[in-house]
Amino acid sequence: MIIKQISVFVENRSGRLAEITSIIAEAGCSIRALSIADTTNFGILRLIVDDSKKAEDALRTNGLAVSITNVINVRIEDKPGGLSKVLKMMSEQGIAVEYMYAFISKCENEAQVVMRIEDLNRADELLTKAGY
Amino acid sequence: MYWQKELETMPRKKLEELQLERLKCLIQYCIDNVPYYNAKLSKAGITADKIKTLSDIQYIPYTAKDDIRETYPFGLFAVPMKQIVRIHASSGTTGKPTVVGYTKNDLNNWSDLVARIVVAAGARDDDIAQISFGYGLFTGALGLHYGLERIGAAIVPISSGNTEKQIMIMKDFGTTVLVSTPSYAMYMSEVAADMGIHKSEMKLRLGLFGSEGCTDEMRAKIEENMGIFFTDNYGMSELMGPGVAGECTVRCGLHFAEDHFYPEIINSSTLEVKDRGEEGELVITTLTKEGIPMLRYRTKDITRIQYDECRCGRTHARMEKIKGRSDDMLKIKGVNVFPSQIESVIMTMPDSISPNYQIVLTTHNYMDDIEIKVELIDASLLESYGELEKLQQQIRHKLHTILGLDCKVTLLEPKSIERFVGKAKRVIDQRKK
Repeated sequence: MIIKQISVFVENRSGRLAEITSIIAEAGCSIRALSIADTTNFGILRLIVDDSKKAEDALRTNGLAVSITNVINVRIEDKPGGLSKVLKMMSEQGIAVEYMYAFISKCENEAQVVMRIEDLNRADELLTKAGY
Repeated sequence: MYWQKELETMPRKKLEELQLERLKCLIQYCIDNVPYYNAKLSKAGITADKIKTLSDIQYIPYTAKDDIRETYPFGLFAVPMKQIVRIHASSGTTGKPTVVGYTKNDLNNWSDLVARIVVAAGARDDDIAQISFGYGLFTGALGLHYGLERIGAAIVPISSGNTEKQIMIMKDFGTTVLVSTPSYAMYMSEVAADMGIHKSEMKLRLGLFGSEGCTDEMRAKIEENMGIFFTDNYGMSELMGPGVAGECTVRCGLHFAEDHFYPEIINSSTLEVKDRGEEGELVITTLTKEGIPMLRYRTKDITRIQYDECRCGRTHARMEKIKGRSDDMLKIKGVNVFPSQIESVIMTMPDSISPNYQIVLTTHNYMDDIEIKVELIDASLLESYGELEKLQQQIRHKLHTILGLDCKVTLLEPKSIERFVGKAKRVIDQRKK
């Protein structure tokens, strides 16, 4: 399933993440998944929220550099080999993953993966066909 | 358009005769009225009749900011307080301010001199001029105020700060002329955009900018953001205030008011006068000032002077835009750097980073470190770390090409660098002295 992901530029200073997440909280949005990595002086915070438009507006109003991207959300089986099965299938079709992050789903025996893929529509088609 | 056509277009030969005559009077005036100058001149063996030609000015000792400080507050005043009608002081941030006094004649001349530069820049009596310089001891605001009033423009003396109100008034009053520092103009355009006000809703047409340097790139950006014709003017309180020199609409240099100020270019190290057209430190002698005359005042500003006639018809010499103040020059790892060079690099990437920046100097292992902080505005680069790192590398490479120095480049969030309503302070020097 194709969903919206929010990317936020974050300066590497203490307390900044707390400030940014509180902007999202005040907008009344709930964070479903997130990932952040950092270099020496900045990071890119990637977020999946329940209302991405609302969160995006709130972040922009607060002067942050924000961008929205389409990503793929895949539900996989929460058992050994669940992820590798999906990745193998994609790799056989020549679809490369730029980055991804995973989290455990609320549903039992299920995990979810968010993937950023260049050829998004083809990947979505492939995954849907394969029953994901 | 001219304000005092006969004086502004005077043939050079006549102008130089006038300068020589005024210079001789000035020497006598200083000997008679300022003990500090009297002592310096007599030590150098200078009397008024020793001055036969204008080039004899080179025998007169220089005056520096320290001379004014040494005689703080009124030691260089040439008239009793009874004749002084206004006192201003420099915006100097270190030590005691440099204090200057004006007689009635000085104020009258000053108004005319500012009237000259604003008319040369294109201001008219039907203009509404918003003065967004800070009013006070600083000469910028009151100088432009009296000059614009003299030509009959309607003055809005709003002073600096309270930027949203500035924008509201600019829009509601239909302000046509803006007076401010370039960095404040840039900030105002940013705030206007945040308020959702487009330049087409404004009537701004002319900017009279001064009191700090500005690169060509920054100038172009302000013109684009505000839909304004940018003109630069020059002055300093020690000499009078604004009105010493200003750009005409041809914009190929700032015309001095040579009948009131005699400019020279010197070599700052050897103190020798340079040939016409060469670059060096600007030195100015005030030819008519009564309150506090200046003999060969060292401005510390680096420029070059052209003497050929301008297309506007003015015969008075023009100086190039100030390249930098010798005081502003940074020595980093032994390399001379002007902040304006860094600014010119930053302005070449308007889509990726904002025009606001900060230069931070530190000492690390007894060596200088230079860090340039810039604000990211292009959110599309957030797709990958690689893109952001590429941008950092690109800025670093450009800086290296211009400065010959490896700078650390730090990306910051938008609008995280301090904005200024007066002169911008871009350099933070934390090096151990």
